[in-house]
Order: sequence, then C-alpha cells, then structure tokens
Amino acid sequence: MRLPTLFCLTALTLVACGKSANDQVAATGEMVVRIGAVAPLTGPQAHLGKDNENGTRMAIDDANAKGIMLGGRRVHFELISEDDQADPKTATIVAQKLMDNKVAGVIGHLNSGTSIPAAKIYSDNGIPQISPSATAVSYTQQGFKTAFRVMANDAQQGRALGEYAVKNLQGMKIAIIDDRTAYGQGLADEFVKAVRAAGAEIVAHEYTSDRSVDFTAVLTAVKGKQPDLLFYGGMDAQAGPMARQIKSLALNVKFMMGDGGYTPEFIKLAGEAAEGAYASLPGVPLDKMPGGQAFSDRFVAKYQPIQLYAPYCYDAVNVMIAAMQKADSAEPAKYMTALAGISHPGITANIQFDAKGDLKGGAVTLYQVHQGKWQALETVGAGQ
Amino acid sequence: MEIFLQQIINGLVQGSVYALVALGYTMVYGILGLINFAHGEVVMVGAMLALSALTAMIGWGVSPLLALPLSLLLAMAGCMLLGYSIERIAYRPLRHAPRLAPLITAIGVSIVLQNLAMMIWGREYHAFPQLIANQPHHIAGAMINDIQIIIIIMALVIMLALMAIVHRTRLGRAMRAVAENQHAAQLMGVDVNRVISVTFMLGSALAAIAGLMISANYGLAHYYMGFLLGLKAFTAAVLGGIGNLRGAMLGGVLLGLIESLGAGYIGDLTGGFMGSQYQDVFAFFVLIAVLVFRPSGLLGERLAERA
Repeated sequence: MRLPTLFCLTALTLVACGKSANDQVAATGEMVVRIGAVAPLTGPQAHLGKDNENGTRMAIDDANAKGIMLGGRRVHFELISEDDQADPKTATIVAQKLMDNKVAGVIGHLNSGTSIPAAKIYSDNGIPQISPSATAVSYTQQGFKTAFRVMANDAQQGRALGEYAVKNLQGMKIAIIDDRTAYGQGLADEFVKAVRAAGAEIVAHEYTSDRSVDFTAVLTAVKGKQPDLLFYGGMDAQAGPMARQIKSLALNVKFMMGDGGYTPEFIKLAGEAAEGAYASLPGVPLDKMPGGQAFSDRFVAKYQPIQLYAPYCYDAVNVMIAAMQKADSAEPAKYMTALAGISHPGITANIQFDAKGDLKGGAVTLYQVHQGKWQALETVGAGQ
Repeated sequence: MEIFLQQIINGLVQGSVYALVALGYTMVYGILGLINFAHGEVVMVGAMLALSALTAMIGWGVSPLLALPLSLLLAMAGCMLLGYSIERIAYRPLRHAPRLAPLITAIGVSIVLQNLAMMIWGREYHAFPQLIANQPHHIAGAMINDIQIIIIIMALVIMLALMAIVHRTRLGRAMRAVAENQHAAQLMGVDVNRVISVTFMLGSALAAIAGLMISANYGLAHYYMGFLLGLKAFTAAVLGGIGNLRGAMLGGVLLGLIESLGAGYIGDLTGGFMGSQYQDVFAFFVLIAVLVFRPSGLLGERLAERA
C-alpha cells in the first residue's frame, strides 16, 4: 500500500515540476514556443536524421541566444524532436503526436515519402510545415497551404541531372535503378523525362528497396543491357555498396545519383569505387554562400562534419522564426501568411516561396568524387 | 549465357550468407522449438565487434593477415558470451511458460540489442577496411571475387562441421536427445541446461562468422544490418524445413537463387509488365507454394506435435 502511494506522489511531483518549469518561464515574462522536428533517428538513415536534428537544434539555440521578442515578450524556443524511422506510417503517428504537443511549426520530414502523408495532418491542424529536404514534386502539389520546402524539387533536380548525363557526359544508353520510395522513384521519373527529351535511350529500369545491401542481381540484369551510364534514385546507404558491386561485377558505367548520394558516407562506404561518381544537390555550394563557411565551421566544432541536409534545416528554422518576427506572433494562423510572402537571406539560398510553397528559382549544383572528396562541377538553374 | 552464370553466382553468394545465418535459427529451433528472433542482432554484434577489433589492431600496427583471424576469434568469443547471456536472461526463466512468451522476449531482446549497438557504435555506417582485394576473377565471362569464394566455401565447411558435431560427438548425441525429449534426456543423465547453453553459444559463434563475412563482402557494418538479414534467414530456414541443418543450407541457397534469378529475369519473362520490384514477392510466393504442399518445409520431417 505504501509503495504505490509513494510512486503516485513521486509521479505527481514530477508532473508538477514539469508544469511549474513552464509556468516559471511564463512568470518571468518569457513565452515558450515549441517547434517540432521530424527525421529518421533510427534505422538505415539514422545518420542523416541526426544531422538534420543537429542543424535544427543549432538554429534554435542561436535564436534563443539572440533573445527574440514577439508581441513584446521574450521568446524561448523549445525543440521537440521525433523519430519517423523514414517510414510513412510512423510519420503520420509522430505528426499527430506533435499536434498533441501543440507545436507552432514543424521542420521536416527528411524524406519525401514521410513528408507527403504527414502534410495532411499539419494542414488539418493549420500548422506550417517546412521540409528541409523532401524533394518529390508531389509534396507541395497536394493543395495544402501549410506545406513549404527550402530545397529545389525533383523536377528541377531531375532535369539538371538528365541534361548533364546526356550533354556533358555523353550518355546514350542509360540504365536506371530506383529504391521505390516517393523520393527515389520521383527523381528517377524526372530524370527519365529529361534524358528522353535530350535524345538518349533508357535501356533498363530496375528496382531495389531502401533497406537492401545486395544489388548484384539487378546490376547483372542491367549489365546485360550494356548501358554507358547508370543512375540511382535513392540514398547513400544503398549507393555506397552499389558502387562497390558495380566495380566487382566489372560493369563499365558512369555512376550518377541525386542529393541522396551526396554525402561523405557514400565515399566512405564505396571506398575506391566512389572515385568518379556524380551526384547533384539543390542549391549553391555552401562555401560560395554568404555565411555558409561560417556555419559549416561552427557546426563541425559543435557536432560532427555535415552529412547532408543540416544547412537546410538551419535555414528552415530561421525562415520560420523570421516569419514569426514579421507577423510579431507565433500563432500559426498569423505567421503563416508572413511565411508565404517572406524573403529571407539563408545560408543555402535566398529563400522565397512560390504559390505552392516551393522554393523560388532553386539552383542545382553537380558534384563529382575526385580523390576521395566531393568536388563541385557546375551550378545550373536560376540560383541567386 | 554469362549473364545467367553471373546470376547463379550472385544467388549462391547471397544464398550462402542466408544459409549461415539460417543455421543459427534452425539449431535453436531444433532443440527448443523456439524461434530466436534476436539471432539477426547477434550477427550484427559479431560484425561490429570484429570491425572494432580489426580497426584497433590495424591502428596498433598488427599485420592485416594476423588481425583478421584474431578479430574473428574475438568476435566469436564475444557473441558466444552474448548468446549465453540471452538464453540465460530471456529464455531460460520462460522455458515452461506458454510458447508465446519467449517469442515476445525474443523480439524484446532484438530491440534492446539494436538500441544498445546504436548507443555504442553510433548511427553512422562503418566502412569495413578492404583487406581482401575486390579484384574480380573471370569465370566464363562471369565475375567472382575472393571474399565471395570464401563465403561459399565457409558456408559449406561450417555446415559439414556442424553435421559432424551433431551426429558424431557425445555433445551432438546429447543435443539430439534433448531435442527428442528434454525430460527423458535429463533422466538419462544429460545436463539439459548445459546442452542448451552450448547450442546457443555454437549458434552465436556461427553468427559472428557470418557477420564478419557479410561486412567484408558488402564493405559496411551498421547497427541495423541484422534486421532484414534475420528475416530473410528465418524465411530460408522455414523454406528448408526449420530444425533441420541440411534444410537451412538448402533453404538459404534456394532463397538466394530465387531472389537473384527472380530479380534478373522477371522483367524479361513478363515482357516488362512486372520488374525487379517484385523480387521479394516472387521469393515469398515460392515460400507459400512450398509450405502449402510441404507444411514442414522441403527437408523438414513431419514430427509428432511436441509438448
């Protein structure tokens, strides 16, 4: 009898403490604004998810250090980070969880496949969602006013990749492998359109999954069609071993990927086989952007080398906070109008949204692995 | 033709990997009638331990040829300890509980191990040092590299060694006795607890070998790598007849071949109507077809229902 009572009391005290901590902040005149962040923090893409979380956290820490005022009160931003496991079903569950936690806005999700179904929940609740990295075209085409992104979409990226493959790399017989996710499939489809428009032939289209490590069977099938260039629509965790297997199967092709492959992890996993691989990333190279190098230095000092999307997460948070400042309110309904019309100088681009919530005039940069490092080749698209 | 030969080689390599892991499932099932869902995670821990040991030793300047067997031994020892502890903590207290209970603890152990590994080794992928050359050998136009040859031979040797242990040694006789009837075996003086512990340790040592070879072949280790592998290996064990060592081997190789031939030819066979995205569907379709006609798997014996 005594023990359970004690437990109850402890639990009550804990709850009370949790509450009073909030009240205390309120009592000193500070207002707590919660920002949700979602990315896969477990599973095969956990390294990218953590990178996103770190980028988001850094922006929030910066904002708290600056001491931002909204409606005459000092604001304390609180990060609520959730794990969607890169799984569309889990994504909707954690999206609902964030709604129950009364967040003012959401930074996420990392993947297109998770951002798309979660967007409906955010829209139903009127909560703005800024995805740092969902590039599938359909993400902003569901008619939700709450969905934004700070990265060029796959129509732009796929076109840049496809044109580069045919015009600069002289690919004539092109093979495709995609991982059947909304991102991989969407990017591959846009790439195919651009390649056909540029006059090259698609000789094979094979499929894998975002959890596989063995691609020898599909690569052998591709080899039978004798392509000169292979495009992979998917993430680095698959692209790395795939590059190795291309080499050990003596498949003589140029290897090309989208933004999902542009990571140090790809080079680490592919080893020597990474040399000469191509990838693209929406945006201008970070070191060419004002404040880009400074961000990168600070990030590395605080966490670890940037994997991929951390700068975009940093921008996504800052653009959200800038909109709140413009509206002088953290009320979703109020600052969302400001967000739609914002012009914010970020570290990845000057961020302005079009009517759908897509980034206006997004540039795409192509990179190649040269002596174990990603090296920028050229930037195409409107850019600045 | 060389494409076909290449697909057979791909299937054999992949299948040998499945078979090695499937042996661990089948040994435990044969003796306890328990599906040890944590086995895939033991493979992952084996790969991680071997990788850590290997990187450390190479850092100290040990020659790779010495470091490789040493780290394998270390990983095997670590996994044996892990296998023993899993049985002791999660399964032994539930040995007389309803069948569903140890199944749940098995899944629990799997989740715990995955998260522990994530905390110890981090979320990032670890590249496996390239100690064995990736240079392919040409066989009639098809390619195979040294690691792949080692995998196929190892799987075969290990299966034969296991068969010898089970059928020719005192320990093997005790294992078979426990599988037949635990109580009767105990009355005949067999130390049932010891036999079960040894079975788990043996299976875990195999898992460590499998882990190292998989990592070397694909060039990576990651805390999540055991999940899908465990699932596929379990499927292979069921396909071959779970509880039967030769069945695990046959099931593994068959599953590997079905997957690679399925992925390679399904598109051409259906005129592009179905592509390689159906390779898993194809594999599981074969599994269902086999189970409909032979519910106990290809080589499984129809045993009387155990208590």
